[in-house]
This record gives sequence, C-alpha cells and structure tokens, in this order.
Amino acid sequence: MTNLPVHGGDLALWSALRRHTQARIGLGRAGAALPTRHRLELQAAHAAARDAVHSPFAPDTVAAALPGTPTVRVRSAAPDRLTYLQRPDLGRRLHPTDRAHLPAGEWDVVFVIADGLSSRAVHEHAAAVVHATAARLDDTWRLAPVVLAEQARVALGDDIAHAMGAAAVVVLVGERPGMSAADSLGAYLTHAPQPGITTDAHRNCLSNIRPPLGLPYETAATKLTALLTRARELGHSGVDLKDETALTESAADQLPR
Amino acid sequence: MSYTSVLGGHRHRFENLARLLAAASPERSGDRLAGLAARSAQERVAARWALAEVPLTAFLTEPLIPYESDDVTRLILDGHDTAAFAPVAGLTVGEFREWLLSERADAAALAALAPGLTPEMVAAVSKLMGNADLVAVARKVRVVTAFRSTIGLPGRLATRLQPNHPTDDPAGVAAALLDGLLLGSGDAVIGINPATDSPRAVRDLLELLDGVIRRYAIPTQSCVLCHVTTSVDLMERGAPVDLVFQSVAGTQAANASFGVTLGLLDEAYEAALALDRGTVGRNVMYFETGQGSALSADAHHGVDQQTVEARAYAVARRYDPLLVNTVVGFIGPEYLYDGRQILRAALEDHFCGKLLGLPMGLDICYTNHADADDDDVATMLTMLGVAGASFVICTPGGDDIMLNYQSASYHDALYLRQVLGLRPAPEFEAWLASIGLLDEGGGIREVLGEAHPLTAIGRDLAA
Repeated sequence: MTNLPVHGGDLALWSALRRHTQARIGLGRAGAALPTRHRLELQAAHAAARDAVHSPFAPDTVAAALPGTPTVRVRSAAPDRLTYLQRPDLGRRLHPTDRAHLPAGEWDVVFVIADGLSSRAVHEHAAAVVHATAARLDDTWRLAPVVLAEQARVALGDDIAHAMGAAAVVVLVGERPGMSAADSLGAYLTHAPQPGITTDAHRNCLSNIRPPLGLPYETAATKLTALLTRARELGHSGVDLKDETALTESAADQLPR
Repeated sequence: MSYTSVLGGHRHRFENLARLLAAASPERSGDRLAGLAARSAQERVAARWALAEVPLTAFLTEPLIPYESDDVTRLILDGHDTAAFAPVAGLTVGEFREWLLSERADAAALAALAPGLTPEMVAAVSKLMGNADLVAVARKVRVVTAFRSTIGLPGRLATRLQPNHPTDDPAGVAAALLDGLLLGSGDAVIGINPATDSPRAVRDLLELLDGVIRRYAIPTQSCVLCHVTTSVDLMERGAPVDLVFQSVAGTQAANASFGVTLGLLDEAYEAALALDRGTVGRNVMYFETGQGSALSADAHHGVDQQTVEARAYAVARRYDPLLVNTVVGFIGPEYLYDGRQILRAALEDHFCGKLLGLPMGLDICYTNHADADDDDVATMLTMLGVAGASFVICTPGGDDIMLNYQSASYHDALYLRQVLGLRPAPEFEAWLASIGLLDEGGGIREVLGEAHPLTAIGRDLAA
C-alpha cells in the first residue's frame, strides 16, 4: 500500500487544510475516479465498521474485566443479528425466559452493558466506564448487579430497570460505527424508566467515549455521576436536565435507540 | 371497501386501499417492521393483480388518511386539478402504467398531467412498475427550476456540494468547499448540515458561504440546513438566506414531529420570496424527505412507507421548490435493509416526485449497519443518472464526517457526467470555464501542483 502513488494529496495547501478537517479532501484523481490508495483506504474504514457491527458480543470478556462485580446475562427478543438490525422493536424488549434472571431489589441504579451496533466498543470500553463511575458514587447508591445484554438497544434498559425495580438505568451501548471510529461507546441515563412510555426526550446522553481520541473514561464517569445525582434530586432525567459540565449531545443521533 | 383477487388457487382479500397498496409494495424492512408487508410472495403478486384493476378515481374518493384529521390529505384533495387529470381519468392503475410507458406520454403530456395526479396515484402505479419502467418514465419528465443556476435541463446533472464539519469549524468547512469546487461540484447548492441549530452558528455559516459565492461570483446558492423557524428568524434579522430548508413528511402528525406546519412553511416561503435574492429564477425552497420518516415518528396511519413518502411530495410542491432531495438510505436497515431495497426506493421516490412535478434529486447513501457499499452507490448513481435525476448530493471522498454516513463523492459525479455525457448547470458551467476549470471536452480539468485562484479560499481560512 505504501508503494501506491500519492496524488494531489501531497500539496502543501492540502497538508495545511487537513489540520482543520478529517474530511477526505485533496485526494487527487485517476481519470474521474479515486486513486487506488484512497479507494482502498475507504474500503478499509468501511470494513472496520462492518466488522464492528457484525462481531458477536462476548459477555465473558466484559465480565472478566469486572472482577468482584456481580453480573447477570440477558438477551433481547431479537434472536440473531439479522433480525436485530431490521427489528429495533425486538431489541428493545427482554427475551421472555431471561426476565427471570434479573434480581429484584431496592436498587438506585443499574448499569446495563448493551452490544448495540458495535460489540468492539463495548468490549474495549464498557467495563472501565462502569468501574470509574461506581468508584465516584458514594454509599447512598445501591448498585444492582451489572446486566450484560445481547442484541440490545438503548430502550431495553427500561425493561431491565423495571423488572429489577431500579430507580435509574445507565445503558452503555456500542454506537453506530462511522468511517473514522468503529469503537465508540455511548452512555444513556434514564431516571424512573417506564417500558413503552419513556422516550428519548427522557434520557441524557454521552457519546464518543473512546480514549485516547474520544471522551476519556474519567471524564465520562464524572459527567455520569453528576447527571445521576442531579436526576435523583429532580426526580427525572431528560432534555431539561442540563449537564453543567458542558457535555455534547451532537452525536446522539448515531446511537442505536 | 375491500379488494380481492385469486392467485395460486387461493382467494386473497385486502380490507382497504391502504392495505392493498402496502401488500403490493416491493419487499422492504420498514413495511415488515410496521406489520404492513405482504405475508408471502404470492400475496404480494395477488395484491398487484387487484391493484391493477383499481380505477385511478378511487384515490380521490377513498382517502388513505381521513380528510378531517390530516392536513396533507386536505392539501392533496383540495388542490387536485380535475382538468389536468382528464386524459387519464378513465384509466385503472394497470392501464395507467401502460399509458405512462407509451409514446403518448411525452414530456409535454406528462408536465401537463402533473397537477392532476395525486401522490397515491403515482405510488400505486410505481408498485406495478419494474426498475426499468421507473427509469424509462422518469427520464421523459423534465422539471426545470432556477435561482442563480438553472436545475433540471435535459443533458444536465447538478450537484449539491456538502462540506460538512462536525464542529462547523470555518476552516474545515472551507477546505471541503474548495475540494468540491475544484472537482466541479456545487451547482445545485452549496449546502451545510450544521452541528447545531443555534441561530448564531447558522448565521456564521451563511455569512461564510455567501462571502465565497460573492467573492468568486459563483452562480449558485447556499443553504444551511436548519429548522424553518430558525430560517424565518434569521431572515428577519437580515442574514443572507438564499434557500429555506425543511425536512417534510407525508402526514400532518409526522410533520408535527419535525415541528412543522403548513402555516409555518407558508410564512417562510413568503419571507424568502420577498428577499428576492435569485438572479435567474425565484424557486426559493429546498426540501428533504425519505422513506421511513413517518414510521419513525409513529405517524404513518397504516400507510406503507413508499406511499406515505410520496405524500410528502404534495407538501413540497405547494412551494415550487428549487430542490427536493430524497435522502434514500439514511435512516438505516430497519427501513431499507440492503443495497437492493435502497436502489428500489431511490427509483420509486425519483419517479413519484418527477411525475408530481418536482425537481427531484437524491442523496444516494448508506449507513454502516446497512448491507450496502460503494458498489451499490455506483449502481444507484448510474441508474438515477439515466433516469434523469436533477441533482445528487456529493461529499469529500463519499464520507460525511458530520452525519457519519457514506454518500456519493465529488468523483462519483465526475464519473456520471463523463459516462453519460451530462454537463453542469449552464450558468455554473460558464463560470467553471471562466476560471479555467473546464477542459476542451467539457470535463473538469485536474488541478495539480500549480496555484489556482480558487485555492485562496482555503489559504485564507487556514492561515
């Protein structure tokens, strides 16, 4: 690949402009088309994203990264990846037999680790975010066992929290992979979720958790702790719950709801 | 009323027109998600047999969504032009397909017919058509609109230059803008999807684009794709708004989910007309649509996703838009699963919009969780080029770093113009020639090491 010729991309101007954008500018041409190097680079990025979408979730990997933390495994009602991608409604509902695995209790918050659209993001980042957030919550917070959810969308957390009697749910979910990032983790906080009634307007979101290029674990944990605390005081989460640590919600649309 | 047909020794019954249309639709994931799709391949064909027998007038007497509860239905029925409808008023849907494919349906006849057609009629006939039929008929329809450039002329293909940036960084936007201009893109519009809808941020981008267009005397128009209420606010404050943008859908409830009413659109349309910023035309609106938006808003009223999409075009045509863009693979695989479904939807939307008299273009795109790739983009682009699409959306390298999806690239538009002999909008083509970007064959000259006057756009902002 390094032997492929470089086209317009080596001009000083394009080098200067690339400091301002990751857009694929100044690629040069092969006739009307892209030079081979850039065509293959695009295919490589797309391949990474496709593999992230279709790699199977490995709950053992996540559980192993959470030593000493009790975990529970559940599936959504979507039986396989093909169905999951076409039926978001099934990804938002618990598998009927798995509901019984969830221990009910007086939980203040349950963390749900959901594969979403990138298992890779979850494998790489979810345990660290749970760990860092739990460390910041004082002993007034009763933490439920961490739920590892397969073929899961964000709203599956509503069903899980409801079944366990948890007052709030934080869903850590693999975001829809883009061409520049296939390992981006999102976090959705919902206070007092009600399955089928709660909408996205009732949630608060952090996205692009993926150090070193995206949001660091410590920052994400600080923001999540502040949001959880504020939601508990107000008795609700959602659009009117402002993050006073200035979080961005611009990427919220990319999360697999 | 209900509809029946017999196929494979079985009698198939469809309880009403909406169910019949849904069952007749080519397979797509969104109709399955909504529980509206045919339950078997044979049921689908049975529905088409029954649909072929339905008179076109049925769509005027049996509204899919009640007149009383939906302002899009009222817009469609109140605005129906009976005189224009006369040439096909006696036809069934099946006969209408044959009429459209016949030589009688030439460009003049189709243009005259447009006000007599409703979205439901064109959606219905599309369900009896193959992909080639959709191309053959759409190719005959020319819809010409203009602002500072003229869109939709025969033998022309315009492009939207889409220099998005995830934080609206001016230098980042300018870099992608320069890249597009040097590749001959931007004659339909230079349009940015902003990272936020804040009036201040939108205004900054409008000023940036307006500055470039003025400084280089580019015969095109800009648009920052914000909510219509933001545009109205900015126009009142004297911001340089060329085109008013809005996403629209095919039901009152789906439009409400976008925060839009016909009254708001009327107000914005009048305000944009009053600015009178066009030079060669007065088409001032830019609409985007896409199959799945009504279902996504839980506002489809049991109407299949292709038919409800066609109803959005009734909203668009009320405002004589410069551009209507169906963003065909954007929402995701739960609505259009793979390249095959996206292609079919692209051809349907283009066909339906054109028959209704709209300047249709496409964002030929896919997300990474759909089963599609850049080969699907090439296939779609080629078919839509042959079908006579007015414009396509183009991004640097086909990779939109703000919206995180893949679309056509500036290079793809060069390819399409090259293989089909299509040229840019005439005013823009003359401008490309004037700045030395047009080669002897009418193609875009490759700018290599030497400095081109346009590169000052990047140099200024990157400094």
